[in-house]
Amino acid sequence: MTIRVATQKGKEECDLAFAREVKEKSQSHLERCYQCQACSSGCPVAFAMDYTPHQIIKMVQLGLKDRVLDSSTIWLCASCETCATRCPNDIDIVPLMDTLRRMTIRQDRLRATNVPLFHAVFLNSVKSGGRVHELALIVWYMLMSGDLFDFKNLLGNMTLGIKMFLRGKLAILPAKIKGAAEVKRIFKQI
Amino acid sequence: MGKIKYSYYPGCSLESTAKEYDQSVRAVAKILDVELVELDDWSCCGASSGHCTNQMLSLALPARNLAMVEKEGLDMAVACAACFLRFKQTNHELRADDELRQEVEKLIGMPYKGKVEVRHVLDIFSREVGLEAIQKRVKKPLKGLKLAAYYGCYLVRPPEITQFDDPENPRLMDDLLNTIGAEAVEWSHKVECCGGNLLLSRTDIVIKLVHDICQAASDAGAEAIVTACPLCMANLDTRQTGRQLIPILHFSELMGLALGVDSNSTSAWWKRHIASPRGALKAHNLI
Repeated sequence: MTIRVATQKGKEECDLAFAREVKEKSQSHLERCYQCQACSSGCPVAFAMDYTPHQIIKMVQLGLKDRVLDSSTIWLCASCETCATRCPNDIDIVPLMDTLRRMTIRQDRLRATNVPLFHAVFLNSVKSGGRVHELALIVWYMLMSGDLFDFKNLLGNMTLGIKMFLRGKLAILPAKIKGAAEVKRIFKQI
Repeated sequence: MGKIKYSYYPGCSLESTAKEYDQSVRAVAKILDVELVELDDWSCCGASSGHCTNQMLSLALPARNLAMVEKEGLDMAVACAACFLRFKQTNHELRADDELRQEVEKLIGMPYKGKVEVRHVLDIFSREVGLEAIQKRVKKPLKGLKLAAYYGCYLVRPPEITQFDDPENPRLMDDLLNTIGAEAVEWSHKVECCGGNLLLSRTDIVIKLVHDICQAASDAGAEAIVTACPLCMANLDTRQTGRQLIPILHFSELMGLALGVDSNSTSAWWKRHIASPRGALKAHNLI
């Protein structure tokens, strides 16, 4: 069921089916939230989010689907679990964030940050070799995100890269594993 | 008591950015008579990127490794805190839901009954070998060295999954550092997040979190921060700003130093850090 309501952002749709779906998929007891803000107070990344965690929970309850799925919050959440550990109502916030992230990917929405791009590049590295080759991960991510062409930060990035290389922190060649095909098969079936 | 033996899962970072963590864990295990047999043909656990994007992938990637360990009839020793949580989480979910477990078995093409126990190497050294046994082997007590034990997120949270230590004020690493002669300081940021996988995609956030953690450690009088996770190490070691860098060390490197690992091996470890620990160690005549 969808209800149109007036909010500070003008008229918005409250999609109650979305609220139900998120609750079911995340298996978190979102209805228990009484907005005490323990989650947002302890969240190390809250300062950078467009909505804080307790606001996301309220917006999910209200079915404000677009606002939730288009938020930077769901991607900036570092899954550190501080919120869930401190929640007086035992609400599992990381599974909630995971559910929202996965929905965003399935619906192929525009993402508010480059974080999902990092995840895609990371998993692609696993898919192609069975293990992550960190040097290739860094280079691919910087290429895909455009950070490689960010000339303002290029010098700093290059300096750090050279330092890491000289200290032997970047293995040049990827590890070869026999089970790479098995890992690829897992990805194919999903 | 029989010999302590585990199937050892290093994880991807220990092959590259955190090679010194792998080397020092193996060196310490050898001295403490813990047999770590590297799991043959292990693959990536999928880390945060797995669980953020796909549920089945987040279970199948760890389960492939768990199934191989189960076949060997051993339990699993993990060095990376992020991998550790992924394996614990997978066990938790698969043990609770038989249907899901069978679905994952199909995906990986191997049986997995959920029998493998997953332990972090810090836990194995501190609790299974035991602090008393470690103390007896100390050859060079790290006298006078003030250290901030940093646990980060994945060892201690969610506590019902990791079952590691108190999630707000863990003591396990502090006690270990005191046992090898150093002084673990009381400080505020032992379980604060370093920004984890935002390392490349939101470096600005990581820089702020790392700055706060390092500042808190310095304010508490620590000369170095000690980690048990290669990702915490990567963030803290490479993203400090300012001129005065505080060294970051793996707990196993300090154990190796105290337990008498030869100086050729240890000096190769110190060289691999961006924020060099040599000054702090020299100040106490430890190297």
